[in-house]
Amino acid sequence: MSSPHAKSTAPAALTLRNVTKRFDGAAGQVTALEDISLDVREGEFLVVVGPSGCGKSTLLSLLAGLEHTNEGEIRLGEEAVVAPGRDRLVMFQQDALFPWLNAIENVLFGLRLKPDLTEAERLESARYYLNLVGLGNKEKARPHELSGGMRQRVALARSLAPNPRVLLMDEPFSALDALTREQLYGDIQEIFTKRKKTIVLVTHNIREAVCLGDRVVLFSPNPGRVQQVFDVNLPRPRRMNDPALASLAAEVTTALSSHLAK
Amino acid sequence: MASKLPRPVIPTVIAVLFLVGWEWFVRTGPDTRAVLVPAPSHILKWFWEALLSGELLSATWVTMRRLVIGFAIGAALGVPLGALCARVRWVRDTLGVLALGLQTLPSVCWVPLALLWFGIREEAVLFVVVMGTIWAVVIAVQESVLNVPPLYLRAAQTMGSNGWHLWSRVIFPAALPGVLSGMKQGWAFAWRSLMAAEIFVVIVTGFGLGSLLNAGRELLRMDQVMGVMAVVMLVGLLADLVFFSPIERWLRRSRGLER
Repeated sequence: MSSPHAKSTAPAALTLRNVTKRFDGAAGQVTALEDISLDVREGEFLVVVGPSGCGKSTLLSLLAGLEHTNEGEIRLGEEAVVAPGRDRLVMFQQDALFPWLNAIENVLFGLRLKPDLTEAERLESARYYLNLVGLGNKEKARPHELSGGMRQRVALARSLAPNPRVLLMDEPFSALDALTREQLYGDIQEIFTKRKKTIVLVTHNIREAVCLGDRVVLFSPNPGRVQQVFDVNLPRPRRMNDPALASLAAEVTTALSSHLAK
Repeated sequence: MASKLPRPVIPTVIAVLFLVGWEWFVRTGPDTRAVLVPAPSHILKWFWEALLSGELLSATWVTMRRLVIGFAIGAALGVPLGALCARVRWVRDTLGVLALGLQTLPSVCWVPLALLWFGIREEAVLFVVVMGTIWAVVIAVQESVLNVPPLYLRAAQTMGSNGWHLWSRVIFPAALPGVLSGMKQGWAFAWRSLMAAEIFVVIVTGFGLGSLLNAGRELLRMDQVMGVMAVVMLVGLLADLVFFSPIERWLRRSRGLER
């Protein structure tokens, strides 16, 4: 199984240097993120975990290029991140599938924006990724005809199909029931191992973070800062009820609550 | 107990009783009563004669043509204007607000100006119909575009969609149900304003249903007046039944908003 230490010398896919992000709120300026410096290595599964209000979703929007930093910079490889781009695709909180398109058309949406592919190649690729997430037989189904878990699988296929350099995941499992979620953890880990993607996942679920991440970055709120970074050296595929996983999750929880108590 | 009967039975019985009662009421009264209130048989007789003489069909054709052309112009102008209102704040604060005001104005109020500007001609009626349609469409398009879930836009943008692609592939499809109900409302306004315009003004370029109704008034032929009223209702119902409702139902079903 993959060991995160083997990758420690890998070049950084995403680099954040002294990133600060402020919003104009009703009660004056709010600092969502303060002085964040972080490297995401090529081929790494990095999980950002923290309570609500710690700016983790803001971080993802910044990485996606949907928002802009006030200070500091974000680079993808050598290039500064200033706008959304196909090299960083996002899988969102609830299904952001388009209800007027069926499953395969949804997956094709991003592929059709890649000009260097023929239509046949696009279709082939869309089918490949729908199969990869186990929905090869649901090509023509509309989003409303699929269960919540299936919809998130289509969303996963949609963000994987254009082959982005980095996959950004914004709490993609939070709206799902526990059983479906656990199934998806398995799928994601399998795809991650198979496709060697760089993934940044944001979640408030500490167990989930430890289950999926090579590294877990704990954020603390008000303002959002990096509090502590944990390496997870457990073999994949990991299961939620693994005792080693539970003890590491407890360690993260303790770190978080000791900070919140301050 | 009544649940054993098929559902249409009771309404049919009541309708027949109502018509028979109405017929009896007119026939047993003095002759003047038939002038004031034509019996169902009189109305049917007028309907049959008008149908045979071709008068009814040609009037319906003239009215429908005006309605369809005026509606098409109103919708064709209203959609881009509504999109512009949604896209540009100062347009929304000017044209959007104006549209809200003008939508509440029954478009028959435009008749005096229309006659002055275009003369007693087809263009004047079309103008009134366009004014009836356009504002409802502008407002509906503006609102539905503004209400497109931001999540769709963010998802599309990260996949590299922007500009015209974003509008045509994401914003318009997402806004379509709202746009359609706006068009339906525009159609209803246009239909009412057209009738009013045709009744008030004799347009020399065509003899529509409204003119036919007005002619009935001048001849004191209430059978004709009520007959035209029935036709106007039928046309309105048919437009909804064969055009708007099926599209709306298909749209809602395909998105799982309704089964």
